[in-house]
Amino acid sequence: MSAERPHITDEDALRETAALREVWAEPTGIVGFFSNVSHTAIGLRYVVTALVFFLLGGIEALLMRIQLARPENRFLGPDQYNQIFTVHGSTMMFLFAVPVMEGMAVYLIPLMVGTRNVAFPRLNAFGYYMFLCGGLMVYAFFFINAGPDAGWFAYTPLSGPQYSPGKRVDVWAQMITFTEVSALAVATELIVTILKMRAPGMSLNRMPLYVWSMLVQSFMVIFAMPAVIVCTTLLILDRLVGTHFFNPAEGGDPLLWQHLFWFFGHPEVYLIFIPALGFVSTIVGTFSRRRVFGYMPLVLSLVATAFLGFGLWVHHMFATGIPQLGESYFTAASMMIAIPSGVQIFCWLGTLWTGRLRFKTPLLFVLGFVAIFVIGGLSGVMLASVPIDLQVHDTFFVVAHFHYVLIGGAVFPLFGAFFFWFPKATGRMMDDRLGRVTFWLLFVGFNLTFFPMHQLGLRGMPRRVYTYPAEMGWGPLNLLATVGAFVMAVAVVLFLVNAAMSLRAGVVAGRDPWAGETLEWSIPSPTPEYGFLFLPTVSGRSAMWDARPDQPVVTGLRNDRREILVTNTVEATPHHREVLPGPTIWPFASAVTLCALLVASIFSPRAVPWLVLPVGISLLGWFWPRGKPPVPAPEEHRVRARPPRLSADTP
Amino acid sequence: MRTRGAVVLVLACAVATLSCWREKRQFRGAPAADARWAPVRIPPLQPGQPLPDNIKVGPYEGNAWAISEGQRLYNWYNCSGCHFNGGGGIGPPLMDDVWIYGSEPENIHATIVEGRPNGMPSFGGHIPDEQIWQIVAYVRSLSALESPDAVPPRNDHLERNAQPQPKP
Amino acid sequence: MSAWQSALDAAGPQAERIARLWWVFLAVCAAVYALVIGFLFAALARRRGDPAPRPADAEATASPTSDRGLTRAVATATAATALILFILLVASVGTGKALSEHGDPNALYIELTGHQWWWQATYQDPSPSQQFETANEIHIPVGRPVIFILTSSDVIHSFWVPNLSGKIDLIPTHRNTIWIRADKPGVYRGQCAEFCGLQHANMALRVVAESPTQFEAWRRAQVEPAPAPDTPDKQHGQQVFTSLPCAMCHTIRGTGAGGRTAPDLTHLATRSTIAAGILPNTRGHLAGWILDAQGVKPGAAMPPNVLPPDDLQSLLDYLGSLQ
Repeated sequence: MSAERPHITDEDALRETAALREVWAEPTGIVGFFSNVSHTAIGLRYVVTALVFFLLGGIEALLMRIQLARPENRFLGPDQYNQIFTVHGSTMMFLFAVPVMEGMAVYLIPLMVGTRNVAFPRLNAFGYYMFLCGGLMVYAFFFINAGPDAGWFAYTPLSGPQYSPGKRVDVWAQMITFTEVSALAVATELIVTILKMRAPGMSLNRMPLYVWSMLVQSFMVIFAMPAVIVCTTLLILDRLVGTHFFNPAEGGDPLLWQHLFWFFGHPEVYLIFIPALGFVSTIVGTFSRRRVFGYMPLVLSLVATAFLGFGLWVHHMFATGIPQLGESYFTAASMMIAIPSGVQIFCWLGTLWTGRLRFKTPLLFVLGFVAIFVIGGLSGVMLASVPIDLQVHDTFFVVAHFHYVLIGGAVFPLFGAFFFWFPKATGRMMDDRLGRVTFWLLFVGFNLTFFPMHQLGLRGMPRRVYTYPAEMGWGPLNLLATVGAFVMAVAVVLFLVNAAMSLRAGVVAGRDPWAGETLEWSIPSPTPEYGFLFLPTVSGRSAMWDARPDQPVVTGLRNDRREILVTNTVEATPHHREVLPGPTIWPFASAVTLCALLVASIFSPRAVPWLVLPVGISLLGWFWPRGKPPVPAPEEHRVRARPPRLSADTP
Repeated sequence: MRTRGAVVLVLACAVATLSCWREKRQFRGAPAADARWAPVRIPPLQPGQPLPDNIKVGPYEGNAWAISEGQRLYNWYNCSGCHFNGGGGIGPPLMDDVWIYGSEPENIHATIVEGRPNGMPSFGGHIPDEQIWQIVAYVRSLSALESPDAVPPRNDHLERNAQPQPKP
Repeated sequence: MSAWQSALDAAGPQAERIARLWWVFLAVCAAVYALVIGFLFAALARRRGDPAPRPADAEATASPTSDRGLTRAVATATAATALILFILLVASVGTGKALSEHGDPNALYIELTGHQWWWQATYQDPSPSQQFETANEIHIPVGRPVIFILTSSDVIHSFWVPNLSGKIDLIPTHRNTIWIRADKPGVYRGQCAEFCGLQHANMALRVVAESPTQFEAWRRAQVEPAPAPDTPDKQHGQQVFTSLPCAMCHTIRGTGAGGRTAPDLTHLATRSTIAAGILPNTRGHLAGWILDAQGVKPGAAMPPNVLPPDDLQSLLDYLGSLQ
C-alpha cells in the first residue's frame, strides 16, 4: 500500500453521491412504504408510533385522575377503571417506554457508530411491524370492552381462567409476545451493529456513552425478555388449554407467576432507564462544551447497573411472606444499585461544574431529570427497606416513586433528546422559547401530580382503587394531583404543537447546530438515505471534537449495491465487507401473518397449526437465497482510508 | 385528505360503540322473578300450528362473565353436591347430551325454578332470577352448548384436601 | 380523622418501629437531596454560557488539574453514598428483626381468610366450643399480641392496618403469619392492599382494640348463638331471612341458615359497619344494601333482592336484634 493518500476530488464525491442515492433509495407508494428497510425510516416510525401510544396512555391517566379527583366519584365504574389502569400501565411500559428507546437507538446508533444501516435491516422492519400489530390489537380489543383488566402485572390467580373470565387477559398476554419479539429483534441487531459495524478507529474505548448504554441495554433485553415470554405463555396455556401452572389446588403456585414476572419486570425498568442515561451523557457533554468527566466510571456504572438490576426482583414481593434472610439480601442489593446511579450523577455534576454551559432546552430537561430522578432514587432506597416497604407497598407512595424514576429518569431525558436530535432528523430547529415553557409546565405539573402521592401512600391510600371514601380525608391531595395531571397534558400538547410548527416553519438547522460531539453531526440534516457519503474514521473519544483537519474516510466500498464495512469487535479495524438487503415486503408479510396466528390462538389452539402455513410462506420469501454477488475487481474497489475533500462543506 | 380523516374518525366512533358481548359485565340484571306468562314447552310436539315462543332466550348465552359467575354459584349453592362437576352422582350428569327436561335455556331455567321429581329442589324465590340465568348458562357450557371462547377450560377450585404449602 | 389509616400514626409496636425507621430514612434522604441540589445549583451558577455561542466553538475545556480534583470529589461522594447506604441497611435489617419477635407465649390466634371482597375471621381457641367466626370487624385486647394466620379462598389479598403494622399477603393455600399488638384502645381501619378484582377498593376492615375486660365480654357474646326473636315482627323477619336467598349464602348460628360463602351474620348488630367496612351499620344503609348492593359495590357477590316493604321492615327489625 502506498504511503501517500490522495485526496478525494469533487467529481469523486458527486459521482459517489449520485450512485449511493440510487442504491440506497427507499421505494415509494403503498407497497414501497411497507417494504422500507432504512433504519432512519423505521426508527422514526417507532418513535412516532410510540408517541401516539404515549398520548393514548396519557388520556387514560387523565381519565383515572378525573375519577379520583373526588371521593366516591361516579365518573367511571370499577370495570371501566380496572381496564383503564391496566391499559395505561401496559401502554406506558410495553407500547411507549421500551419502543421509543428502541426507536431512538435504531435511528441514532448507525449514525453514531459511522455506518449506513443496522446489521439486520429486514429484522428491524419485522420488529417494528410486530410492535405496531401488538399495540393495535390491544387497543382494538380495548375499544370493544375486551381490554385487559387485571393490572399490567396480571397476578395469578386473579388473572387465571376462573377469576378473569373472557379473553381480556389473553389479549394482554399475547400483546406481551408481540412487544417482546420486537424488543428482542432490536436488541439483537443493535448488539451486532455496535460490536461489528463501528467506524475504523472507534475502539470500544472510544465509543460514545450513548452507544455504550444501548449495548448494555440490549444485553439486558436478551436476558430479561424470555422470562416474561415464559410466564405469559404459561398463563395462556392455563387459560386456553387447561394446564395448572398457577393453580394451587393442583400443585401449581401463584407465587411462581410473581417470580417469573418480576425477574423480567425489574430489569424492564432499567431497560427504559439506561438509554435515557445515554441521552443525559450526550446532552451534558455537548451543552457543557467539554467531554463528560469520568468516561470509565460512567461505562462501568452502566454495566454494574445492568448486572445488579437482575438481582433485585424480590423487592416487589416483600409482602408475600418469604423468608426474612432472603428479604435482607434483596434489601442490600436494592440499596447497592443506588451506588452506580450515584456515580453517574456525580460525574455529570462534575462535568457541569467545570463546563461552559449553554442553557438551551435539552439541558433544561436534563437538569429536570436530575432534580426529579434523585427524589425517585431516594424513595427507592426507602422502598428497599423491608419494614418501610411493608407499610407503603401497593400504596400511592409506590406510584409516586416509579413515576419519579420513570418520568424523571426516562421521559425528561427523552424530551431533551427530542429537542436535541429533531434538527438532525428533520433539518429544522424546534422553537427554544416554547421549549422552555414546555419544560417548566411539565416540571411543575409533574411535581404537582406526583409529590402529593407520597403523602397519600403514607396516609393509607392503596393503589388500583377506583374510588375511596370521603371520610378518609384523601380528597384535597387527589384533587391537587388531578390539576397537576392536566398541567402536564398542556405541556405535552405544547410540545406537539412545537414539533408540528417547527416541521413546517422552524429555523433551518444545517449540519451541526449544537457543535455536537458524535458522528451524526458530520452529515447533512435531514440525513440522506445513505447516511455517510464515505464511511468515517475516528481518532478519539469525541469523534467530532478529536477529528483532525485531514481525518481519513473510507473509500472503495461498492456504490452499486448496499455495502457496509464490518470491523473487529474491540479495536474496530476493518475486517470485511458485507452486503445489506434492499427493500422487501417479506418482513411486513411475516409480521402480519404472525399477528394473525397469535391473535387467532387467543381463541383456539387449532389456529396454530393452520395459520403457521402463511407464516412459513412469508419466512420462505424472506430467506429465499439471492445468489452470490459477483467478485469485485481487485484494484478498483480496494478499501482504503483517504482524507476527505478539500472544500469545506459536504453536500 | 380531510375527508379521509373524517371517515377514519367516524369509523373509530362506530367501532367504539360496538361492544363485545362476550366481555360485557352486567352487575344488576333484570328485575327479579317475574311470573311466567306463557308455558315453557318441553317436547317439540304441539297440536296444530306451533305457537311462537315468547319466553326470552337465556339472556347470558355467550357471555363469559355470566358463565364464570354461574360456575361460582354452581359451587356456592351446592349444585355440585348432587351433580358433582357435571359427571352426576346423586343427580343426573350435566355434561352429557341427555336432557330429560330439555336443554334450551328456558327449559333449564324452569327445571331450577320449579324443581323436578326424584330430588331436584325448587329454587324459585330462593335464588335471585338473574343468578339462575347465570347458572343456566354455566350448565349449558358443561355440555358444550356454549361458545368455546366464553368458557374457561378449568377452574382453580380448591380441592378439599389441598394441603397448605410447607414454609421452607 | 387525619390519622385514620395513617402509617405515621402508630398505635402499636410494629407500626411504631416502622414509623421511627421512616423518619430516619426521610431525614437522611432529605439531607442527601439537599446536598445534590445544592451542588447542582452551584454548578449552574458558576459559569454561564457565552451570549452568542458559535457552533464551531467546541473546544474541550477540561484540564488535567480540574479533572483530578473532580476525581477526588466523585470518589469521596461515592464512598459517602456507600457508607450512608450501609448505615441505612443496618437500620433496616435491625428493625426487620425486631418486627418478627414478640416473645409472648400468651398470644391470641385469629385465622383470617380473604374472600372477594370481605374478610372472614375465625377466632382460635384450644377448646373448640370457644371458637367462633365473624366478619370484617375484629376485636383485640389492648396490650396482648395477636397472631394472624392468613390465607385466601380465591385470589391474593393483602391484610393492612397501617396504624398497627405493615402488610402481609393472603395467598391461596399459603398460610402466612403476622403478629400485631395494639397499645392504645381505639378503632383502626384497614384495607385490602393487593388488587383483587372489581371491589378491591371497597374491601375494608375495622380492628377494634379494647381493654381486656371489654374484649372478654365481647368474645363471650360472640361465642353464643344468635338471640331468638322475641316479637312476632322479628320472628317474621327471621322467617323472611331463612326463606329468601339470604340463607343460601349467610350463616346465623342458632337458626337454620348455614350458608358458608358470605359473611357470618350471627351478631350483625354489634358491628359498626357493613359491606366490608364501607357503609355504617344503620337501618337505612342496611336496607339499601339488601335491596341494591350492586349500586354501592358494583360487581360484589351480593345480588339485588326484591322484597315487599313489610317483609323488608321485619327483616331489618330482626337483623337489628342480632346483638
